[in-house]
Amino acid sequence: MNSSMIRRIGLALAAPTAAVLFATIASSIFLVIAGSNPFTAYGDMFEYGSRLEIQVDILNRATPLYISGVAAAIGFRMNLFNIGVEGQYRLAAIVAAYVGASVSLPAFFHIALILIVAMLVGGAYAGVAGVLKVSRGVNEVISTIMLNAIAISGLIAWLVREWQAGGTVDATGANLGIGTEPIDESGLIPNINSWLELFTREIGKGKELTGVLLVAVAVGVLYHIVLNRTRFGFDLRATGINPFAARAGGVNDKRMVLGAMVLSGVVAGLVGMAEIAKLGRFNPNFVGNLGFAGIAVALLGRNHPGGIAIGALLFAFLDTASGVLQVTGSASREIVFIMQGIILLAAVIAYEVVQRYRIREEARMASTLLAGEAEE
Amino acid sequence: MIDKIRRLPAYARWATYATIGVLILTLVQELGQNQTSHLTATSTAQTALKWSIPILLAGLGGLFAERAGIINIGLEGMMILGTWFGAWGAFNYGPYWGIVIGAIGGAIGGLIHAIATVGFGVDHIISGVAINILGPFAARFLSSEVFTGYQGGSVTQSPRVENVDKFTMPFLAGGYETPNFLKWLGDKEIPLLSDIGNILRGILTQTSWATIIALLLVPISAYVLWKTRFGLRVRISGEDPWAGESQGVNIYRYKFIAVMISGAFAGFGGAFISIEMSSIYQEGGTTGRGFIGLAALIFGNWRPGGILAAALLFGYPYALQFGDFDGFASHALLLVNAIALFGVVIWALRNDKRTDAAIAFVLGSLSAIWYFVSDTVPDWWVKILPYVIVIVVLIFFAQRLRMPAANGQIYRRGQT
Repeated sequence: MNSSMIRRIGLALAAPTAAVLFATIASSIFLVIAGSNPFTAYGDMFEYGSRLEIQVDILNRATPLYISGVAAAIGFRMNLFNIGVEGQYRLAAIVAAYVGASVSLPAFFHIALILIVAMLVGGAYAGVAGVLKVSRGVNEVISTIMLNAIAISGLIAWLVREWQAGGTVDATGANLGIGTEPIDESGLIPNINSWLELFTREIGKGKELTGVLLVAVAVGVLYHIVLNRTRFGFDLRATGINPFAARAGGVNDKRMVLGAMVLSGVVAGLVGMAEIAKLGRFNPNFVGNLGFAGIAVALLGRNHPGGIAIGALLFAFLDTASGVLQVTGSASREIVFIMQGIILLAAVIAYEVVQRYRIREEARMASTLLAGEAEE
Repeated sequence: MIDKIRRLPAYARWATYATIGVLILTLVQELGQNQTSHLTATSTAQTALKWSIPILLAGLGGLFAERAGIINIGLEGMMILGTWFGAWGAFNYGPYWGIVIGAIGGAIGGLIHAIATVGFGVDHIISGVAINILGPFAARFLSSEVFTGYQGGSVTQSPRVENVDKFTMPFLAGGYETPNFLKWLGDKEIPLLSDIGNILRGILTQTSWATIIALLLVPISAYVLWKTRFGLRVRISGEDPWAGESQGVNIYRYKFIAVMISGAFAGFGGAFISIEMSSIYQEGGTTGRGFIGLAALIFGNWRPGGILAAALLFGYPYALQFGDFDGFASHALLLVNAIALFGVVIWALRNDKRTDAAIAFVLGSLSAIWYFVSDTVPDWWVKILPYVIVIVVLIFFAQRLRMPAANGQIYRRGQT
């Protein structure tokens, strides 16, 4: 490993490290103002987060965050802002839950059907924004924001009532309340506790590690392959770096916009699957805001498959480990929201600064090299 | 005829457009055998105006930022800060200070956006998204620290706060115990004239001073941006900052100030929601109205008058939901939509835009058919109507809108 490579890696890590450090210091100041001891608060969170059961919770939270992050990143890589992951995944989840509940199939096909329906719905809904952009020049930021509102306050609010399972009672006799019909056991992605237990002790407290984690890993690997090993991925990155050059090089930019948008929606469709596997249905308490959190995670991870994973784990750790603060009372748990917001903003700014520095450095190196050649 | 209207002075032009709008509503009402009198009722106009104000303020906020070349998708986050600080200020210092403090809260959001985009050159959308995520998080944290200590407050809401005083126009709407001319006109039940009377009475009766200030900001913004030296410099920052720089304008400074004004307006809008509309800070109380404001900005073609018109248009369907228990008025909106879309067909044909005409015709026919085969519409339809309008309008006019030339570009001093 030569020194320039070390420099490169150092620079890449400098920004996120600085961001987390800055956020920690800033949050500590907030905590002190609020009359709490930051060291006890952070200590409590780390102690709590080191327990196996809590780590399972962190992975469960990180799984949908990661998928959502990849969905946003696919667009970001070509400067296409799919703000609509929020609406896409919720719409996909309710339709998939409905379809999944209305059939009974062997487990493999049942699960596959639910995943495919979710992907199709997510892709189709994102496709609306794609079509509007390429055929009518409607900016995707505005259209996806509007489509979010239409999906959440319109379509889903309507479908929940339309597909309401009337006062269904589960096996134990407990009323299930509002929501779609429950999906048969065969349609629920099983937990993978046994996989994790190969490396650890037995997981207690009835915690289940979601099997969707495997889907998330597959999504990450595919994202990496498509982006770096296929023509589509190359065109996508080229369009993102310089759309005019890409067009001159023969990239069909309209098809790229539509393709990237639909692909982003397809991945977005999978975001709600962990929740579906857990609840076995869609109900009004279905987890929200994963779309916006995914954007944050994608920005944090610089749209890199590994970076997004780190971002997702970090946010999941903060979300989950902060639960202990309510118990110990060492600080209010909302401090982690502030931390997440500051980490995100600081990271975005730090990346920009490092990027500038890198360009200047490269220009300087190039000029010294050229000067050296001229002397010879 | 359209050309003649276009050549009128601004106030006459807008008055004409408004009259045409009311005329369409009146026609629809006659067709609905007056079951739909809710469409032009005084109470509807009153609520519609109120619901338009936050959208208007967010739109005007967006106007300042984007005229200076900074895309502000963070309006929603700034508005959320405004709802929190507005309620906090109103609870501690009264509603007027609440609005001021709400605006300051929004301006803090604007400052952060300015530091990121102007100071560090971060992509405007990315910074805006980050602020939209930070805004609700910050409000949550602040509530957990502050409102939980108040009687009646919690992590998600503040105690009740007082409203700003109200004003009723004397003589026209019967304020200060004078005769009520518009009520008299409305009671006459003359088509069109009475409808106009009812609507005007709704606007002039029990109007909050906060509403009046917000409406005054429309001409003030137009004046500041187009008639002052400051406005010229803000606009050059958005049209061609490098040209401005060559004339010795400190572009960074104007972008900074404009984005902070933008945040302050959005914060005012948020404070308006807390103080005037819900009398309480509620988590998620903005319900995406910052985004609708952004849409109003685009729909209004980056002009104050257009933003006001768009805000009223988006506020109207919200207002119609209230008191429309039988759903007839919401149902009648389908016909209004159809008429508007057929208007687009005519416009498109005159301009030889066949595709536009075809799309508008299909959408208009669908709307009309839906109107004639049904008696009521489901409530979700009215809820999503503002968003659908935005998309449909953009389908036809996205190519015709003109945003500031350097909007969204990253400007660094001394680099082109």
